[in-house]
Amino acid sequence: MVRIETPAALEELRKNLADERRRYERVLILCGGTGCRAQGCNAVYEETRKVFEELGIQDRVALRYTGCHGFCEMGPIMIVKPQDIFYTRVKVGEVRDLITKTLLDGEIVREKLYVDPRSGDACLTMSEVPFYKKQVRLLLGMNESVDPKNIDDYIAIGGYSALSKALFRMEPEQIIEEVRRAGLRGRGGAGFPTAEKWAATRRARSRDGIKYVLCNADEGDPGAYMDRSLLEGNPQLVLEGMIIGAYAIGACEGYVYVRHEYPLAVENLYTAIEQAREMGFLGKDIMGSGFDFDVHVSIGGGAFVCGESTALMASIEGRLGEPRVKHIHTAERGLYDRPTNLNNVETWANVPVIINMGAEEYAKLGTERSKGTKIFSLVGKIRNTGLVEVPMGISLREIIFDIGGGMPNGKRFKAVQTGGPSGGCIPEQLLDTPVDFDSLYDVGSMMGSGGMIVMDEGTCMVDIARFFVDFLCGESCGKCVPCREGLKQMLYILDDITGGQGSPEQLEILQELAEVMRDTSLCGLGQTAANPVLSTLRYFGEEYREHILERKCRAGVCKALVSYSIDQDKCTGCMRCKKACPVGAISGEKKKPHHVIGEKCEKCGICLEVCEFQAVVRK
Amino acid sequence: MVRFVIDGRSVEAEKGWTVLETARHYGIEIPTLCYMEGLTPYSSCRLCIVEIIRGGRSRLSASCSYPVQEGIEVRTNSEKVRRARKVIIELLLASCPNSRTLQCLASKYGVTKIRFRPEDRGCILCGLCVRMCKEQMQAGAIGFANRGTQREVAMPFHSRSEECRECGACLYVCPVCELPCPGPLRPGQLCNSCLDTVQIEAFPSKD
Repeated sequence: MVRIETPAALEELRKNLADERRRYERVLILCGGTGCRAQGCNAVYEETRKVFEELGIQDRVALRYTGCHGFCEMGPIMIVKPQDIFYTRVKVGEVRDLITKTLLDGEIVREKLYVDPRSGDACLTMSEVPFYKKQVRLLLGMNESVDPKNIDDYIAIGGYSALSKALFRMEPEQIIEEVRRAGLRGRGGAGFPTAEKWAATRRARSRDGIKYVLCNADEGDPGAYMDRSLLEGNPQLVLEGMIIGAYAIGACEGYVYVRHEYPLAVENLYTAIEQAREMGFLGKDIMGSGFDFDVHVSIGGGAFVCGESTALMASIEGRLGEPRVKHIHTAERGLYDRPTNLNNVETWANVPVIINMGAEEYAKLGTERSKGTKIFSLVGKIRNTGLVEVPMGISLREIIFDIGGGMPNGKRFKAVQTGGPSGGCIPEQLLDTPVDFDSLYDVGSMMGSGGMIVMDEGTCMVDIARFFVDFLCGESCGKCVPCREGLKQMLYILDDITGGQGSPEQLEILQELAEVMRDTSLCGLGQTAANPVLSTLRYFGEEYREHILERKCRAGVCKALVSYSIDQDKCTGCMRCKKACPVGAISGEKKKPHHVIGEKCEKCGICLEVCEFQAVVRK
Repeated sequence: MVRFVIDGRSVEAEKGWTVLETARHYGIEIPTLCYMEGLTPYSSCRLCIVEIIRGGRSRLSASCSYPVQEGIEVRTNSEKVRRARKVIIELLLASCPNSRTLQCLASKYGVTKIRFRPEDRGCILCGLCVRMCKEQMQAGAIGFANRGTQREVAMPFHSRSEECRECGACLYVCPVCELPCPGPLRPGQLCNSCLDTVQIEAFPSKD
């Protein structure tokens, strides 16, 4: 690897790399994100390599093993360029056939294309797939072009040109001004204006001149994985953002705080840092500009609360990961008591894009007060599970129904949870809410880091509130009383309600407790911990009352409140339910109506699913 | 000097003081559990919350760590403060039902009912012992272990550490390891025997 000493050297290298890549007739891209790996893409990759060697086409066709393409539901994904043929759910056994037909014979294997369930049409290319149509993939779109373990790929698509521009053609203040005009707001959840934070850290005086920039990759919201995919798929982009930020702020050292539960992200990050150092993008005298900056990796121990800024800094310092009061901002006294700027992975990744695009162009995307795109992980009861990157201001309905494809199995939509444990559940009547920082806050939820959990009619909202409270009981640091004790008492109350022991007074206690927690907790985790409860009380209060007054769970989730029986008139005695019941709780002979044995029944609902005569009744 | 208002009174404080220090200097009472002079404020019990109005915006903040600022208005006993404080005392009592200190606080601040499920754990995790051991006794023999509802004060790996000199300072500062309140019999009951003698409204209320 050559060390880049001037902007011209970088540009020349980029040209050479791009030319080199043009020599290949075609490129076969395999998604190697964690989602696809879970579905066996490592084996697919190995098989592809073997077939390439056997056929002797490795000199003509480039093979690229990349980060996440977003459409995790359909993984492992294979793309063949330049035609952009988009194969889904590729299995090891099919690789040879796919390669010979597509690459040698020039045929398209129609069975492996994505079929739009609405129209029934097969989609030949990625851009035809409805999942991608409404997306604006500013950041994630780069994943397809980059092998995360190879910095050359990143440079070939223009990587580090933003850094070169920032270092040699912009003053630090100009960079901050550019980010301000772009309207970038923190993607970690709260949406604080990034440029304000940078400017405050730049202004702050450090006793020995040391300032830090940190990258928060401690993503921990249930169901959220966009930061992981960015770090796994394109770590250089995040690093470039950090270096530009450090230059703008005047920082000399940086840390990426990443969860140890993200082994692939950690591995790719280490490789990326090493390569960036070798090429002179990190370390002393970056690109010959005289600016020094280096990045370290700090691996989290698995505490959700360490995503909170002061807890994160305590954890990097090796202290107990608990938040402190922030009367003095971390921009003045943060890590090791020096001025510190902390941004989320996605925020950093946006920085090179802004510098390259220019603030005006970037600010055209999004709404008045929320600019750019946001990545969401669309999970839960949704047809197209995956990562979507959309312009701010798109409606929840568009994300869930146009991109996400709606509910599977013809079920009815009930709510969507955004913002993780700090967010809230948004009901059907608010589906046209635009997705931006302020609108989501106004409806009692928040943007959060980008988790979007879709729920259908089979989801009990009290049970969902209970799930998040239970999650936070284990993830609160336990320092302050309202959060620690409040969450515990909240869980007891929700246990009572879902267990059929609730009383109407408990609803008032829940409401009061939630408000006190919001007003008096020490950090953001505690202050927002009650949001899942508050928002479900607000929009689904009826369900709470049903649980308490009628001892009824309309979704049939709360086991204490449901019972199963068999309609004697409808039952044909086919024995299906009897065979399917895992605990032997159904009695009856062939061709005679069956019965549920109440005391044995575990209320799993399998009998209901297997019965073809609608004879099983859940009350 | 920093000038601001506490409960309708104009007060002056040295730069660097906290709101709590200033209030105590002027004889205004704010209850505390995890605060002790000579130890770093920890702001974990949230009992010392006060309403702070700054730039037209009101919010509750722990006074033990809030540095005084020119022109702020502090309300130590507003309706909002009283309501939140009562819930906090209630929560604390649910975790330490027989603590005399907590029972007395309940009486003083008008908590007459515990609506939460009591669970006697004998510790409110105020962290006074941890800070005392580290900051004053220079030992650092105890610390917090685990997190969330599992949090506890413990020695490393739950085994006796050589750092501990058995000086007893931790016991000395503990607000709950004391003779239990003679009043209540069962967890979840309140003593309230001093309720009639304590005037809760003794401090001016500015709402």
